[in-house]
Amino acid sequence: MSASFAEAAAVSPAGLAMARLAGNRTAVVALGIVLLFLLLALLAPWVAPQDPSDVDLFRRLQGPVWAADGDWAFPLGCDALGRDILSRLIHGARVSLSVAAMVVGIAAVIGTMAGLAAGYLRGWTDILVSRLVDTLLGFPYLVFAIGLMAMMGPGLHNIVVALVLKEWVFTCRVVRGETLAAREQDYVEAARALGCGPVHIMLREILPNVLSPVLVVATFRMAYVIILEASLSFLGLGVQPPTASWGSMVASGRDFLVDAWWVSTLPGLAILLLVLAINLASQGLRDAFDPRLHQSA
Amino acid sequence: MSTALLRVRGLRTVFPTRRGLLAAADGVDFDIAEGEALGVVGESGSGKSVTFLSVLGLVRPPGRIEAGSIVFQGRNLGDLPAQEMRALRGRMLALAMQDALSALNPALTIGTQIAETLRAHAIPVDPSAEAVRLLARVGIPDAARRLGDYPHQFSGGMRQRAMIAIALAARPKLLVADEPTTALDVTIRAQVLDLLDEMRAEQGLAVAMITHDLAVVAERCPRVMVMYAWQVVECGPTAAVIAGPRHPYTRGLLDSLPRLDDPDRRLHPIPGQVPDLARLDAGCRFRNRCDLAIAACAEPIALAPAGEARRSRCLRAAEVSP
Repeated sequence: MSASFAEAAAVSPAGLAMARLAGNRTAVVALGIVLLFLLLALLAPWVAPQDPSDVDLFRRLQGPVWAADGDWAFPLGCDALGRDILSRLIHGARVSLSVAAMVVGIAAVIGTMAGLAAGYLRGWTDILVSRLVDTLLGFPYLVFAIGLMAMMGPGLHNIVVALVLKEWVFTCRVVRGETLAAREQDYVEAARALGCGPVHIMLREILPNVLSPVLVVATFRMAYVIILEASLSFLGLGVQPPTASWGSMVASGRDFLVDAWWVSTLPGLAILLLVLAINLASQGLRDAFDPRLHQSA
Repeated sequence: MSTALLRVRGLRTVFPTRRGLLAAADGVDFDIAEGEALGVVGESGSGKSVTFLSVLGLVRPPGRIEAGSIVFQGRNLGDLPAQEMRALRGRMLALAMQDALSALNPALTIGTQIAETLRAHAIPVDPSAEAVRLLARVGIPDAARRLGDYPHQFSGGMRQRAMIAIALAARPKLLVADEPTTALDVTIRAQVLDLLDEMRAEQGLAVAMITHDLAVVAERCPRVMVMYAWQVVECGPTAAVIAGPRHPYTRGLLDSLPRLDDPDRRLHPIPGQVPDLARLDAGCRFRNRCDLAIAACAEPIALAPAGEARRSRCLRAAEVSP
């Protein structure tokens, strides 16, 4: 009994949330899949069995191992140029995850700062930020991104810029709302009574209290950004050949759907699996970090 | 009386509303000397908190201080630029709130919150050692180990004391304690009040104790100020005010309390209601509930001297107590 008290005393709110997360089996499995993709992406040059850009027309549209012309050297078959699909999937995970991480990471920082400023300072800062947010929300996301990509030209770097320009809005809205609630709390008043300035109050008093929703939003948005990157690459506006991207792989297999279904379907399945896993994992994170849902549990 | 640490004259703090400007503190005058404890009594909404938020410069816009002077250590706080006022807040003037659970940041450890106050005012001490000393000073056992605890891991009384430790970290000269003990049980209440008494004796800390609880004031505050409808109606030495109130509202307040030495005494609630605060006239604000009211009460009435060191906002101050 005394031991459990001692344990409880040593646990921070984040620690309690991690404990709750560990109890959610779906979320743990989903998190495992996300981590697996992450690991594959990080170690792509070493784990990929073949060079992803190695073209050999003799292997053109070769089937996966279970097909009649299958070969263990190319377990998931080859595409129209005879490149190994498994290796391209592994290298494609790199593009998807790095774009998603960069976009969501940069957008979370920008959105959090803008949301804190708008929610805490109010006045013209709030008007400016909120109108900008409303305006950006008025654009359909994909149309917005296609427009920007058309202006800036395709490429990994430009995808990140184009997506960040809209993505920060989602974090900003959440943070602004949370900040509006937090600024009325007594501890903010107490900090003001202790002589703390607005920057200190925003970053040290309010920010720690709005971080968990930021984390949850960021993970949810990660899945969305992966789909967007795939969409842009599918449309030919994203990563340029010969770099492998799941979106462009789906596009390249379109013409052979009947003869060689695996060329398009396998990258599609990879997108599905990763996005699903991220969504389930972030759902688990939200449940773990939002204790209000867990009062009874 | 020694020179005043804080001298407030004619303070008028207004809030614009749909029904016009409301003065939530209207012509408030008072002094607090170094090391003194002033009890501030009055019902909810009588202007106690607004008065002291004005002193701390924490009135939220659109509310503003319209008139009056707030002189602290010889400096008029109304003239100070925001930057200097902020440096003074916490350093010289501190605020302890009623609800310690919401006044402490739930996402930061107690130790961090104390250390940040010290850092915010660049006080040249080792923050963690000083935090341990402060926590031990307010009577939290095993202070060094509890620095890493979050507010939810503290009991109610410990939170209240931790909050006072934070408020006192920069060794302010004046502590505004806004109902510091209302949420506490009696034993903890005594501990917190003892702590404030010790700080007054040791550091010359002046305390403004805002409370509904006349018993706390009678026991701990040498001087009391009674507020009604956003004005000070009476002030003076606590013992004298309780023994012989010089304003009918103070008398009504005392008559509505039960007494241990006379348990069979009937309690007399004050008849009537606080007047509609948006439609006040210039006259006495208590006259609609007062059995001493006369025609002259409709004229403006000043807070006038009424006996040794006492002041009352009543024309018939001498007749209030038999």
